[in-house]
Amino acid sequence: MSVLVNKNSKIIVQGFTGKEGTFHAGQMIEYGTNVVGGVTPGKGGQTHLDKPVFNTVAEAVDKAGADTSIIFVPPRFAGDAVMEAADAGIKVIICITEGIPVQDMVKVKAYIKNKDCRLVGPNCPGVMTPGEAKVGIMPGFIHNPGRIGIVSRSGTLTYEAVDQVTKAGLGQSTCIGIGGDPIVGTTTKDAVELLMNDPDTDGIIMIGEIGGSMEADAAHWIKENGTKPVVGFIAGQTAPKGRTMGHAGAIVGGHADTAEAKMEIMEACGIHVVKSPAAIGATMANALKN
Amino acid sequence: MRPKLNTMNLHEYQGKDLLKSFGVEIQEGIVATTVEEAVAAAKQLKTDVTVIKAQIHAGGRGKGGGVKIAKNEADVREHAGNILGMMLKTPQTPGGLEGPGKLVSKILVAEDAYIGKFEDNKEYYVSILMDRGRKQNVIIYSTEGGMDIEKVAEETPELVHKEYIDPMLGIQSFQLRKVAFNLGLSGVAMKAMSKFIAKLYKAFVQSDSSMFEINPCLHTSDDRIVAVDCKVSLDDNALFRHADLAELRDTSEEDATEVEARSYGLNFVNLDGNVGCMVNGAGLAMATMDIIKLSGGEPANFLDVGGTADAARVEQAFRIILRDPAVKAILINIFGGIVRCDRVAQGVVDAYKNIGDIKVPIIVRLQGTNADIAKTIIDESGLEVHSATLLQEAADLVKKVIG
Repeated sequence: MSVLVNKNSKIIVQGFTGKEGTFHAGQMIEYGTNVVGGVTPGKGGQTHLDKPVFNTVAEAVDKAGADTSIIFVPPRFAGDAVMEAADAGIKVIICITEGIPVQDMVKVKAYIKNKDCRLVGPNCPGVMTPGEAKVGIMPGFIHNPGRIGIVSRSGTLTYEAVDQVTKAGLGQSTCIGIGGDPIVGTTTKDAVELLMNDPDTDGIIMIGEIGGSMEADAAHWIKENGTKPVVGFIAGQTAPKGRTMGHAGAIVGGHADTAEAKMEIMEACGIHVVKSPAAIGATMANALKN
Repeated sequence: MRPKLNTMNLHEYQGKDLLKSFGVEIQEGIVATTVEEAVAAAKQLKTDVTVIKAQIHAGGRGKGGGVKIAKNEADVREHAGNILGMMLKTPQTPGGLEGPGKLVSKILVAEDAYIGKFEDNKEYYVSILMDRGRKQNVIIYSTEGGMDIEKVAEETPELVHKEYIDPMLGIQSFQLRKVAFNLGLSGVAMKAMSKFIAKLYKAFVQSDSSMFEINPCLHTSDDRIVAVDCKVSLDDNALFRHADLAELRDTSEEDATEVEARSYGLNFVNLDGNVGCMVNGAGLAMATMDIIKLSGGEPANFLDVGGTADAARVEQAFRIILRDPAVKAILINIFGGIVRCDRVAQGVVDAYKNIGDIKVPIIVRLQGTNADIAKTIIDESGLEVHSATLLQEAADLVKKVIG
């Protein structure tokens, strides 16, 4: 098993016929992912990459039984695309689009709150269950089916962790790229909780960055509920402090958003914190032995 | 540092123009770039006393001598002359009060907003921003205006109020009244504050701002509410909806190299260290800086080459890094997903040959798609380039070349 996506997921691509959508949908299909069609308003009835194109997500749900969507729609229309998917009853919505205005995401988040769906992203590499479903833009070949779950805010740093896990002789259950925007659908804690409850995940790698409180929230949850080893890394230990104009952000954000502060909290919550990003895979392998 | 700066800051005078266009009452003023312009501006304003304010993207301007009160024309001449062209140091300029400061090339000549005796006017604090935790806009306000609000929040948190706004409904009348009553207002002033907040919130949402800070927000002795200062940050991602605001970007406020890098599609931040780096992806770039530090070096920059690390971009990135004489080594760390490593390797080789005469050692770590072909290209190029496959190998090479 795995979380969020697997070989039985019925996946549609929103923004299917665009440049990005076409390229990545092609890669997903090549990997063996169960893509059942796509949505491009106005192009319904056509066939693209040998799959049906629908005008609306509702039609894709109705006719192709879609339950998962990946979104490649440009930033100005992406918020609308997420809401359309939620309204149509899609259960897992993965939004790759980078550059969505924050105020659009404030509305999207409020809109989907009471809908039965989970949003991953935006501005993320997607979700990967090796050997079953690649629902994102990550390179498929570095992954290996296995029992390590990975949660990360960044793209290429996730690939680095995946690669290290594979080279340490382990594999991945599901890798979740949650995205780097101020508002994301699935937080670090949400993703860790999914993996902690997955019977086929033995260990979790949690990769964060400076800024925000998501890693600290996840760490506190792990302290109370953790049953599996967690390895953590925070990028940005050497990043200088920001150039700020006002002070309002500090009042809301608090001061515990530096790499040092986060690593301290994670350590205190029983997470195996690595200082070097080169030590992620080996530390996981060791943690599993003990 | 947020490696990707997602906000665009406005000058005080630009922010005030924005607020005024939404009907928010502001302290009126006129921008000047010369002493003569300042004198002419002061004559146009309604009040005899004027305030000369340096226009730079940093708070705490008063502390560095960037804000002065002028009682007559001679004062205007003196202060405008002193402030224009000065390197203004504030706690928020690069390096703080010990740093080099920021060049002031514009001043705002503003009218005196305080009516009657100074102490009959009351200064408040008002800001609006998006709370990442709650994923809602929040209005933060306090009776303790004109002061360092972080300090107020720390020492007397009960004096800092927050009002969260429902994203679907927008701000409600009872919330406007609540803000006014919590600030201790009644009668005409209560109504004025309600209107002020309503217009301010409308301006915030409709301009896609990421932060408004009005400090001080003045309650005048004749019961008006006036924005005396304002800091406005806009959401970069929403500028496509606001072509007029996008034009207000003042690149002279930003690091020249960083502006240049952006024109090549590179996300670059200059730092003080001795090891330059070139990476794809912001998270991996920060992790690479961390590993440089762990290997005994100091990162000289943050540089994210983005998703398409082609030869032209790699060459521009090289040139920018090499301009810094403190750089003793360069670490290139690319994890090829969509980007093919062999293309990046060829880009490195071409750029190296085009630039010629590169004296610092270069460590190239390419991993991911076609990494093996890439290593062969680097190894057979005959260049003085160290290649690595694993991140740890790259770290060890950094240690070796700078040790």
